[in-house]
Amino acid sequence: MAEPQRARPKPTPETQHFWDGTKAGELRLQRCDACAHVYFPPRPFCPSCASRKVSVFKASGKGFLYSYVINHRPAAPGFTPPYAIAVVELDEGPRMMSNIIDCPQTPEALELDMKLEVAFQELDDKIALPVFRPAKG
Amino acid sequence: MRKNQVAVVGAAETTELGVIPNASQLQLHADAALNAIADAGLKLSDIDGFATAVETPQQVCHYLGIKPTWVDGTSVGGCSFMLHVRHAAAAIEAGLCKTVLITHAESGKSMIGKLPRSTPADSLNGQFEAPFGVYGPPSMFPIPVLRFMKTYGITHEQLASVAVVQREWAAKNPRAMMKDPITVADVLNSRMIAYPFRLLQCCLVTDGGGALILTSAERARDFPRKPVYIMGTGESVETPMVSQMETFNSSRAFKTAGPLAFKEAGIAHNDVDHLMIYDAFAHLPLFGLGDLGFMPYEETGKFIADGNTRPGGKLPLNTNGGGLSYMHSGMYGMYALQESVRQMRGIAPAQVPNAKISVCHGVGGMFAASGTIVFTNER
Repeated sequence: MAEPQRARPKPTPETQHFWDGTKAGELRLQRCDACAHVYFPPRPFCPSCASRKVSVFKASGKGFLYSYVINHRPAAPGFTPPYAIAVVELDEGPRMMSNIIDCPQTPEALELDMKLEVAFQELDDKIALPVFRPAKG
Repeated sequence: MRKNQVAVVGAAETTELGVIPNASQLQLHADAALNAIADAGLKLSDIDGFATAVETPQQVCHYLGIKPTWVDGTSVGGCSFMLHVRHAAAAIEAGLCKTVLITHAESGKSMIGKLPRSTPADSLNGQFEAPFGVYGPPSMFPIPVLRFMKTYGITHEQLASVAVVQREWAAKNPRAMMKDPITVADVLNSRMIAYPFRLLQCCLVTDGGGALILTSAERARDFPRKPVYIMGTGESVETPMVSQMETFNSSRAFKTAGPLAFKEAGIAHNDVDHLMIYDAFAHLPLFGLGDLGFMPYEETGKFIADGNTRPGGKLPLNTNGGGLSYMHSGMYGMYALQESVRQMRGIAPAQVPNAKISVCHGVGGMFAASGTIVFTNER
């Protein structure tokens, strides 16, 4: 019997550019052309000023560890506990949920405010997830 | 809304609480409703307004045989019933109905006739949270805790003391699920669930329900029970995604709903005799004490660890034992409201002597929504 699969995102018309970006190795955010507000998750208008004139841009992929839990039980399908579920604050302002790779999943190693950089984890031939690793240097 | 114009005249929980393997979720709604109607000395045909969450109003009304002229199906998680109280008070004042029944029930443990909860893969939660391993409230609700602790200097021991103090209250309550005393060390040595939280810092999973009946303060004088007046109310929502909260140092929904209710009631914090803060997890009372303005956030952990909210303390908090020790069927807000009503009636198992004002503060989802009700037994 096949192992239960990890939850797989299904893009919508409003989010397709984001998932096309991760597949191409880019973390894409949106910026309002009217008020310059940068926001996430994706939508075709500015949640700050309601302008429909917004642009997609490639984010730096840099940020820091805002908060997290280390989940022990129950574990989500496709995950081996314990694993950290993190919220990363990007240098551009928005925060996003993610996982931390190349780092022990322990309170000692996962220090709040540590610098992080984006990496991309292929789920299948259509979807790559944005994950983060401790920044080098 | 004007204060003290509407009152609770009926209040009851399901006949049993805890593990109820012989009733469906829908029947638990009916059991709580029938108990509340008996408590108020009414007939089902007297009910002309109805509110519930998760289950639809049409489902529960048809099952009970109620023919309402006003319904509210607001379903924003465990605080939905605080919002129902607020909406019902406005509806009664506006003359849309006279006698409102609010029901909650959940077969949270036995899972009989429980509606499925799912996160579609193309929802925002399904795209931007589920793929990273969140799996139920224990993996999501505590995500803000480490940031909150770092910002305000809150310790693991202080967060453990929340569960210890609430167990003291539960020990006085015959209907509480967990009554054996626990220590901070017991909490910190219990099984790890989602660091930094351990088993004893997470709510119970049980079956049960509750129901409230509201009518105008004028009519309330003719009912058998001492009326409990709606003195102030507040509500708000923020985001269904915990990762997208404005900040992890507070809850915007709490900070909107709580002060609205205090302002409407025209009370100050030192007027509050009794306080309920929905405690699905041990950090919620700390957020609540800070967001409702009782004290600076930095003092919240020490305030509880020092015993100020325990039996005999100056601010009795979660006096039924809370979601951590009393019961938690999934949407605990109804049980917090029931305890506030019992305290205002003077019949709580752990009664706060001479309590005249009770504040009942609820959360829905993972800080997604909030509702606050201020009750009083004096008009």
